[in-house]
Order: sequence, then C-alpha cells, then structure tokens
Amino acid sequence: MADDKDVLRDVWFGRIPTCFTLYQDEITEREAEPFYLLLPRMSYLTLVTDKVKKHFLKVMKAEDIEEMWFDFEGTSLKWHYPIGLLFDLHASNTALPWSITVHFKNFPKCDLLHCPSNSVIEAHFMSSIKEADALKHKSQVINDMQKKDHKQLWMGLQNDKFDQFWAMNRKLMEYPTEEGGFRYIPFRIYLTMSDRPFIQKLFRPISPDGHTHTLGDLLKEVYPVAIPNDDESKRYQVVIHGIEPLLETPLQWLSEHLSHPDNFLHISVIPAPSD
Amino acid sequence: MPVSLLWAVDVYGRVYSLSTRGQQWEQCRDAVLEFKRVTAVQQCCWGIACDHHIYLNVHSSDVPIRYQEETFENQRWNPMDNFSDRLLPSDRWQWSNITGLEHQPLDSFFLPSTNWEWEGDWYIDENFGGEPTEKEGWTYAIDFPATYTKDKKWNSCVRRRRWIRYRRYKATDNWATIPSEGRSGPLPDPFNDISCGGWEISEEPRGRLSLWAVSLQGKVWFREGIHHHSPEGDGWEEVSLPGEVVQISCGPGDLVWAVLWEGQLIVREGITRDCPRGSSWVVVDSPNPEAGAIHVAVGDNVVWAVTKDNKVWYRRGINSYNPRGSGWIGMIGEMVMINVGLNDQVWGISCEDRAVYFRQGVTSNELSGKAWKAVNVPRDGDIRSHSSASSSSLHSAGCFFSGEVRAQSVMSEDSDTKNGPQRAVLEVKREGATTAVTAGPSIPEEEASLREADAKSPPLALVLSPSLSGGPGDPQWSNVDLEETQTHLAVGPAGVRGDAADTCSLSSVATYTLCQEEPYGADEHPLWAWVSGGGCGVDCHSQLNWFNSATALSSSVQSMSLSISPAQTAAWRKQIFEQLSERSKREMDNFKHYEQAIEQSVWVKKGAMQWWRDWKPHKWVDVRFALEQFSGPEGNQDGILFLYYNFNEEKKYLHAFINEVTILVPVLNDSKHTFAVYTAERTKQRWPIRLAAATELEMHDWLALLSVSCCDSRGIQGPPSKQALWSVTCKGDVFVCEPSPSLEACPYPTPCDQMFWHQVGGHLRLVECNSLGVVWGVGYDHTVWVYTGGYGGGFLQGLASSTDNIYTQTDVKCVYIYENQRWNPVTGYTNRGLPTDRYMWSDATGLQECTKANTKPPSPHWTWVADWAIDYGISGGTDREGWQYAADFPTSYHGHKTLKDFVRRRRWARKCKLTTTGPWQEVPPIPLSDVTIIPCGAQSIVEPIPLWAISNKGDVLCRLGVTLLTPAGTSWLHVGTDQPFKSISIGGANQVWAIARDGSAFYRGSVTAQSPSGDCWYHIPSPVRQKLQQVSVGRTSVYTVDQHGNLWFRQGLTPSCPQGSSWEHISNNVRKVSVGPLDQVWIIADKVQGSHSLSCGTVCHRLGVQPMEPKGQSWDYGIGLAGHVQHFPHRALVIFKLCDSVFEHCIIVI
Repeated sequence: MADDKDVLRDVWFGRIPTCFTLYQDEITEREAEPFYLLLPRMSYLTLVTDKVKKHFLKVMKAEDIEEMWFDFEGTSLKWHYPIGLLFDLHASNTALPWSITVHFKNFPKCDLLHCPSNSVIEAHFMSSIKEADALKHKSQVINDMQKKDHKQLWMGLQNDKFDQFWAMNRKLMEYPTEEGGFRYIPFRIYLTMSDRPFIQKLFRPISPDGHTHTLGDLLKEVYPVAIPNDDESKRYQVVIHGIEPLLETPLQWLSEHLSHPDNFLHISVIPAPSD
Repeated sequence: MPVSLLWAVDVYGRVYSLSTRGQQWEQCRDAVLEFKRVTAVQQCCWGIACDHHIYLNVHSSDVPIRYQEETFENQRWNPMDNFSDRLLPSDRWQWSNITGLEHQPLDSFFLPSTNWEWEGDWYIDENFGGEPTEKEGWTYAIDFPATYTKDKKWNSCVRRRRWIRYRRYKATDNWATIPSEGRSGPLPDPFNDISCGGWEISEEPRGRLSLWAVSLQGKVWFREGIHHHSPEGDGWEEVSLPGEVVQISCGPGDLVWAVLWEGQLIVREGITRDCPRGSSWVVVDSPNPEAGAIHVAVGDNVVWAVTKDNKVWYRRGINSYNPRGSGWIGMIGEMVMINVGLNDQVWGISCEDRAVYFRQGVTSNELSGKAWKAVNVPRDGDIRSHSSASSSSLHSAGCFFSGEVRAQSVMSEDSDTKNGPQRAVLEVKREGATTAVTAGPSIPEEEASLREADAKSPPLALVLSPSLSGGPGDPQWSNVDLEETQTHLAVGPAGVRGDAADTCSLSSVATYTLCQEEPYGADEHPLWAWVSGGGCGVDCHSQLNWFNSATALSSSVQSMSLSISPAQTAAWRKQIFEQLSERSKREMDNFKHYEQAIEQSVWVKKGAMQWWRDWKPHKWVDVRFALEQFSGPEGNQDGILFLYYNFNEEKKYLHAFINEVTILVPVLNDSKHTFAVYTAERTKQRWPIRLAAATELEMHDWLALLSVSCCDSRGIQGPPSKQALWSVTCKGDVFVCEPSPSLEACPYPTPCDQMFWHQVGGHLRLVECNSLGVVWGVGYDHTVWVYTGGYGGGFLQGLASSTDNIYTQTDVKCVYIYENQRWNPVTGYTNRGLPTDRYMWSDATGLQECTKANTKPPSPHWTWVADWAIDYGISGGTDREGWQYAADFPTSYHGHKTLKDFVRRRRWARKCKLTTTGPWQEVPPIPLSDVTIIPCGAQSIVEPIPLWAISNKGDVLCRLGVTLLTPAGTSWLHVGTDQPFKSISIGGANQVWAIARDGSAFYRGSVTAQSPSGDCWYHIPSPVRQKLQQVSVGRTSVYTVDQHGNLWFRQGLTPSCPQGSSWEHISNNVRKVSVGPLDQVWIIADKVQGSHSLSCGTVCHRLGVQPMEPKGQSWDYGIGLAGHVQHFPHRALVIFKLCDSVFEHCIIVI
C-alpha cells in the first residue's frame, strides 16, 4: 500500500509543462521561438526561469531589456506565489502546456513585486517559513535551527533536492503527540474573483473538545461559500496541488503532507467549470 | 500498552471495570452480591461484599495457575521380595517427601479449597536431572539418604521414584469467597476495609502480594502466603495496633498507611523482604487538627489523604528511607476517597458529583500532578437503556445529595451576597499570587499549619497560600498548586470550590454552569462509591479515551486492527493518492521530453566528527566529514563519503562509496555518540570506520541521512520485503537485509560480507520471522512485539519512515554493579580490600570500577527509572542481605558464609528504561523468553501459521490464530510441562523440539494443523555429560548447542522416527545455531580470525549442505548471510547481534 511518504515525493516532484512565448510587442531582431520547460510546482517563477531569459535574450537587443515578468491571459503572475498555486488559481482548467507570455518591458509595478535577485526570493521564502513556524510551534523549531540549517532548506528548494530539503523540513513538521497537531495550521486561501489577495486566520487542527478538524471545517469557518449546499450543484473547486481533496480530509494531515516548502497550505478556491 | 482495568463500585454496590482501551464501564455480571469496596492489582481484584466477607477475583490468563504436588515412593531390597515396600524400622516412610522426613501417601493430598481442581491423576516422573530413567522411574542408591543414580548397581539396596500430580486454580474471573479463618478459628468480627499491594517488596515467591484488612472493630489483619501458586493465601494474622483503624492503604512497595478513628494516621515501619508485615506503627498527625483524616491512599512514593471536611492533602518528602514523609500540602478539589494506582497515578471520587476523577499530569518528577479530570464514559447499561438509567440515577442523585442540598439552602443567602465581591477579589489575588511565586520570600513548610488558620476565610486563602508555602525554596509545589488553581477557575468543576465545608454552596453555585458541558448531563452521571486503580497500568503519557465520550468509539476501532489502520483506508486518503497519480499522468506523462527547469547537481553535506584512527596508537582524532551526493548513471542517487584528516602535518583523506557500505551501526558508548560504517573490505578486516559525532542529535541526523542515501543508492524503498532477513544487534537495534536479485546467482553466490543491512526502528532482544513476512520480537523486559508492516521509526523519522504503523516502544533492563568486601580478623567484612584486590565497587569482572554514583545508563537513550536495589536473584543464591561468599576473588560464589570464605560480594541492580518508536506493536499480556515461527507453510492469508513460545517463567505456549492477516494471533494455548523450559524451535512438518531448564531435550509428538499443540513430550537423552542450551530445527535436521559451546547434530531422523537416534558432534566455539527451512545451517561462532582483529560472534554459514549430506562440510565466515537466497525461500531467520565497541568488535548471538 502506498505510504504517506510517497505523497511528499509526488507533491515535490510535481511539474507543470509550460510554453513560454515572447510578448508580441517586444522588439526582436529575429522571430522568437517559444520555449518549453517543465516547471516545478513547488518553486518560484523567477527562480527557475534563467533558461527562459537566456533563450529570449538571444533574439533581443540588450538596451531593450528591463526586468522580466510574466502574464497568463492578461493576468500578471506574482512570482512570490509558488508556481503550482499560480497554475491552480489561474489556469487549472485550461489546456496543457500552460502558455505563459514573457515581458521585458512595462513592468506592472502595482501588481508585482520587483525581483532583482535570488536573494529576494530567499528572503521571501524564509520569512514565510518563519511565519508558518510561528503559527505551528511559536517559532520554537525554526529558532532552534542554525543558520546552515536555514540555508539547507533554501538550497534544497533552489536545487530541487528533495532529501536535502526534507532532512531539515521534517523537524518543522513535528509536534508533541499528546497535542495531536500543530498549534495553528498555517494556511492561505486564495480566491480568483476577490480583490483580497488571500484569507489567513488562526485555526487549530483540533477542536477544543478533541475532534480533528477537517478541510471542510476550515472552509465552513473561513469561507463557507466554497462548500456546496446539498441541493445545488458544485460552484467552486477547492484545489491544492492540482487535486481536490475530500472535505473530510484532516487538516493536520494536509498541513504535514500538502504544504508547500514555505510550510503554508496554499488552497485555491476557483469557480467550477461549467460544462 | 497492555490492556488493564480500573475497578470501581457504585453506590448500589455494583462492581464495574473500565478497560484502558475501552470507553465504557463494564459491569461485573457474575458478582452475585453487592460489594462495598474493591482493591485491585494487575492479576486479581479483592473485594468486600455486603455480607462483610472477602472475595477474590483472579483474572483468567492464557497460562493457568497450576501447582505441582510431588511425593516419593521408597523401597528397599531384601532377598525374599526383591525390591518391596517393606522398609527397615529405621527407614523413612514408604511414601514421603524428598527429605524423607514427612509421611506423604498419595491420598494425603487434598485440594486447598473448592476453587481448585485436579488436572489429572498421579503419574511417575521419568526424568532424573535431565536424563530419562527406565520405564518405572526408579532411581537407586546404597541407602537412604544417599546419592541416587538412574542405573541399578550390584550394591543398590534402596530405590525411590517421584510421583507428580497437578492441581489448577479454576475460579478465575469469578468472585471466590475467602474464608474468614484466622490461625485459631474464625475471626471475631467482619471486615470493613481491605487493601492489596506489596508486590515490589520481593520477587520470591513469584507473584507475592500483601493483603491488609480492617475489621469493623478497627483491628488490622494481614493475609499470609499469597503468591502466584496460592492466590488465596493461607490465613489471617492479627497485627497489633496503637488504636482503632478505620481504613488502610498499602502501596506496591513497602508503604502502608492507615487512618485511626480519632483522625490521626499511622505508618507501618520495618517492612522488608524478610518481614512484609512490618514491625511497628508510627503516628502522623492529621493535616488539619480540627478535621481529622478519614481516608488515606499510598503508592510507591506518594501518600494522599482526605480529611473529614473532604479536603485533599498530599504528603511531601516520602521515600523508602522515610515512609513518614515530612509535611502536608493542601490540594485543590474535594473528594470522598482517593486511590493511588500503578505509577503513582491518582484516582478519586469527587465529593460533589460522585464521579470518578483522574489526576492529570502525575509524573515521577511531579508526583502531585496538575489537575483533576472527570472520567466521562457511560456504563454498559446506559447505552442499551438510556432512559431507565437516567431515571434511576436521578433518583439516586436525590437520595445521595439530600444532606448537602440542605446545607446549601442554609448557606445560600449568605453566600449569594458574598458571591460577587469574593469572585472579584479572587481574580485579583490570583494575579498577585503569580508574582508572589517568582519574587516571594522563602517560607518554610510550616506554612501548612498557617494555612489552617486561613482556612476560615476560604477561597482567598486557598489561592494565595499555596504560592506562599512554596516560594523559591521549593518552586515545584508552588507551581503545581498555582497552575491547578488557574485551570480550575477556568474549567474544572472542582475548581473554585473552597477547602472548608461551609463554602461548598458558594463554589457549587460558581461552577455549576461549567459542569454542564458533559454530554450526559450532570444528573445522569453514575454515582460512584469506591475506585481502585491498583491494576490499571496508565501513566501520564497514556492515551486514554475516557474523558471525552464523543470521540470514543472511532478510536476504539483503531486500536483493534493491527496492520491496517483506518487512516490508511479512509476515503479521503485514497482520493488524494488517486488524484495525485492522475495529476502526474495529466501534467507530466505527455511532456517528458520537456527540459527540466532545474539541473541536478552535486550536493555536499559537511560536518565535523571524530574518527577512531586506523593505525596505532588508536585514538579519537578530529576529522572533517563530507557526504557528496549525485545522480548516478541510471538516475538513481549515489554518493561518496569523505573523511579528511591530517597525518604528519599532511592533509589526507579516506573515502567510501555509499553503494559499497554494507551496514551503519550505532555503537554502544557511554561517553561519545558513535557509530561504525562497514564495507565488505572492512568487514573482512573486522575493522570498520568508527566515527563520533558531537551530539546525539547530530549523530542521528547523520545516521538518518547516510541510511537514506545508502538505501537510495541500492534502490531500496519502503518496508522490508517478506523474504527479508532480520537481525538484532547487542544494542537492541533492529536490522533487515533485502535479498537482492543479483544475490541469487546460483553458481557464484555473493559472499556474505557484501550483503547490505539497514536499520528499522525499534528495540528488541531477539527477533524471529518466517518467509511470509510474519515477524515477532521480544524485548529485554520480555515484552512481545509483532511487526506492523511499517518501516522507520527511532531516529529515522520523516522521510525514511512510514507514518502509519509506527508506535511507541519501550524497553526496560537492569544495570548491575557489584559491591565487594574482604574479611579481616579485626573488623570482619569491610570495604577495605587488599591492594591487589578488585575495586570495592566494580562490574562483574572486577576490572572496571563501578560505583553507584558514576555508573551511567548504557547509552543516552536510557534513563534511570528506579533507585539502586540489592539483587537477590543472582545465581548461586544469597544470604538475607544479598551477600554471596567465596574464598577469594574471582571464584564461584555461594549464598552462605563458611569458615573458608574471606571475601563476599553482592549485586546491585538498577532499572533503566528506553522509549523509542518503531514498526512494532505489543502483544500482551504474557512476557516471553523465546519464540519460534514455522519457517514456511501457510499458502493462503487465512491459514494458521504455527508459532510456539516460552514464557519468561518457562511455560511452553502455542499461539493460536496467527495468519498473514493477523500476525499477532489471538490467544495462547498453554502446553503443560513438568519443569520450566528455555529454548524451543519448530521446523518443517510441525516438528517441535524444546530444551528444558535442566538441559534435557524434548520432542513434541503429534503436532498437526488439526492438533496444533500436539499430544505429549518425548524425553530425548542429552549428549553424555552435556546440558543443552538451545535447539534449532530445519526441514529434516535438528541441531543443538550445549552449555560448553559444542554444536550437535541429531542423527537418524526419519519420518517414522522423528526423534532420531543419537547426537553427533559437529563443531565447538558455537554460541547459537539457526537452521533454515531447507536445512541451511547458520551459526554464531567465537574466535574467528580477521585480518585486523579477532572477532568473537561471527555469523558463519555451513557449506556443502546437501539433501544427502545434511551435516555439510565446512564453514564460511562473514558478517551477513551468503547468497543462497534463491535456494532457501528463506526462513529469514538469522538472529544475531552485532556488538561493537571502541575496544573490541564482535558479533554475538543472543
């Protein structure tokens, strides 16, 4: 029988086939070929697109180049969201490969953060981990780690080293058995049709009377609209890593197995396809 | 955690028990009478019924209580009648005991009570010291009393033979009446209270208990002679008293306290191994002079008391040197009675709602616990007839509380007016108290009496005074009480309730609404009168389902099934697995030709370590250590280990390929955190790479990482296969070896030193498995464990571990040290030895100094759980103080002093405990010393797999219901023997061979699938003058090892004569033998020469074993197993120990 450990590997090695095309208004010396790449769901766009940049620079003049950014069907893609989340949120019911447009001009300052170097991504990633551990263990675990341990987490993500990352990350996933779970579950719920970037609240994995909280309990509390009523057809899909877990899935288990490397459970609530 | 029971009596006298795995009180249906009180220990429960008689309920066990009666028939030779029962007048009786002094004809034996039955008739014992006798069982001698031999000689004038008959205790799971007979006739008055305990005082005789009873007139009686073979005891002895006693309590050890009518307490002193009744009483004053004590409860190291105002008190300063303790501490909560169970856990019945409460947070460091928590489970009647139960308890609630209700109405006006302001003050005071603890002055413990004065102005004093009485001098207690106050203000029904009776109304008003949260409602609560936790094996880490009845039922299902937990079969889990694999299909399968965004690179992990260097002088040197990991040519992970060191100022390095590592072993070392890395080459040299990490955590990180990369490089993932080979090191670590396909190459099998072993979690003393994946293990404390199908655990957490099927595992063992003394004519025995003598405190060899203070647990994983205690169980016997005498060190020791003895020693033992995790689940309740599983067989998953075992008391047991689906089986079937056994093995065609403690071998006849326990034992003569130790049976061959390390092969085994004909000597220096299902022979041999060092305890494989030549020809030496795996659909049964220390390397058999 498959073990929970396999879930971690499956989640880690999730890849999205992507086709990068250069934005039509960009000025090129000759025609730019589209570029095909398998993007790791767990990583960040700007971290894994060096090859894309190199590919398009070949056909462009150096003076036409500003900071690279991406959009999908007109939506600017936030590099500080994990790639898998961006895909689930914006493109989950579209045809593969995911077709992303590459821009080198007109950086949309109001939509996107600048990303001058990988150290910015690292800082963002580490602050997410620290926030998550504050919720899970009052920051005790992350503070007990040394600088090199933090580095190991980041290098694991950057180099796509599952073992390297998880050798350290497992410590962040531990909890006292008598408590049955983390203090709070680090989660974020993203809605495509809302102006709020995401919903984040304090939510415990275990109810005061000892029940295990499920994904359904969380949604009921935080975003009840996402739960279908008995009489109507499903209006929303609740997607994590491209799959729709059942609402009775225990939240603690989800947090341990389906969290992103930043230790947050990123949940997308998207309108159900109307076919 | 084995299942155990909490016992209780309700106000109607019905007896209930609550299982630690259960969620409801089960009524004891066979109790004909109503009971007043019960006192439980693990094996039985005593009670006083409404007729004031004492009853005993012995829990049934798979191993029955049976007692062997014996008598000797004596005969003398005369020329007329040959041997006849006509003896000389000076001779012994014709029927006598072994000494000949007592007349014991067969018809003089009676059953001790109606609770016993005979197992069969008398029969003759034909086993004489391990040797079978002639058919009649006679042994011969020149005269009485003399040395007997089994052979008749020309000068044999007398002979005798032994008759045996067993009787069995039949009244198990039944309330059997105990006659109220003293030594001289019936007792004058009926019983009022009873308390059982004292099992820790002595292990001899086995299962010994102390039972104390109080009569209505206040006399105390002690029941003599209770032990395993005599559960009822023999009679009552009166104990003289300084006053009249109302209630008594006896702990597991030497603590006995009682309450006098006048409200003082008395403490029994002088309880020792030789005198479990103790010698004298000492009076201790009640905590509150105005309200005397009415109840006391003692445990191992604690005393709790209840005074007449229902206040609960904790006695501080109790230990085995000071059973009186030093002072009282008032605790929160009002109880009518309190009981201390196993592990000093505390149970009580609350004064207010008469519910059973459990004291939470009682640990060995914090014996007073943290807070009371109500046991909230229904009674078995409640579920079936909810309405009737509630009406009856309503009725009873009315009758019970009538007194208190009246009191409340008197007080109500007064308290209502006070209520508001007092609550407010209370809050303030609580905060004040918190600061008082941290900064407060050190006030000695006489505060307890000061508090008495304060008790008049209740809740304030209650909250404040504990913090005052603590102060920095004793922060432990102050913290406890303070915390308790806070939690109870928030939730507990026992919270604000004051300590004096007159505030009862106030507090119940204040907390009443808070009590409503219980799903059954306050008035439906069962009303309890008595609770006894003496048999209830819980501690503060136990997960109990007793406190929340809503979640109860689901988790009970979980504990039932073994290999498949509901979490694994749950729909949500399945859904995630399915969707993830769908996702990979959808998103990845068609796009494999796409480029990866991140290129794989080399990853290096570095660290600092110490290395036990290869050349002389050997010592620990600082080295840098690095593991380089990269993707191998076929996409698999691979790596290289580097070890950088300086030699003569020159930088050098040593390396090992990860895919050549054969085993990583944590090494026993009490000062360093060390492990050893073996490769095939280093196994040949018997010289591994020994490394020490700075901290335990660091070592575990490295071991986990190295272990994962070794497995990755060999493509090993997930749980061990069914054919896996299992082994245990002398540290108790469990290793498995996968018989990989390349090892099956027939003509050139891979040498055994190249087999790769990896660790799975858990801690075992021995492991036994068959080729179908059924694996059993036994811990050092004889606890039995069955493999759950998981992997990982221990330090292999996270990645290298399955998340289900991993359970907590504990083990307990003793560390021994020796106290040595020498006699001199002036002062007798003293601890001043000769200059040449060994250390006065030493290990067994005398070479190493081991004092009580400097002796540490075997490794940092072990923690002490008890204090040093004299060990009387050492071979050779001891005197009353545990001393063994000898002419000089080191010789053989004996248990009594003679004129020639100039030295003596005694052994001290201290228990230590290890807690780890692993894919093992306990098989309660019988502890084992040996276990054997049939190597092959069962083709279907429901076919029973024969499994035999020997309990730690030497009983032979046959497990029923073991199948692939239920590897733990269902129950034990006891197989009767005339003496304790020590080794057992089952081979092909259900051949069962066993070795008894006296060294004789036995073959079990007629074992078949239909009759799994067979019909009788056949005594097989041992090799001449040898006592056998261990046996192993293959398909057709039977091998034994004797006490001198000789290996014997049984000749002449044929289907028609399964017992064979004679023993043939094969080899010496053998510790243990293991025969596979195709008669492959493996031994653990001593004194095997390696190229770097000599090893003792090497696994060797017998070469040249053929169907026509089962004895084989020669030995192949190695660490692991040779590669005939394909030949053996293997019993997978190599049970060996890898022992590795800095100074010697050895592999030992258990």
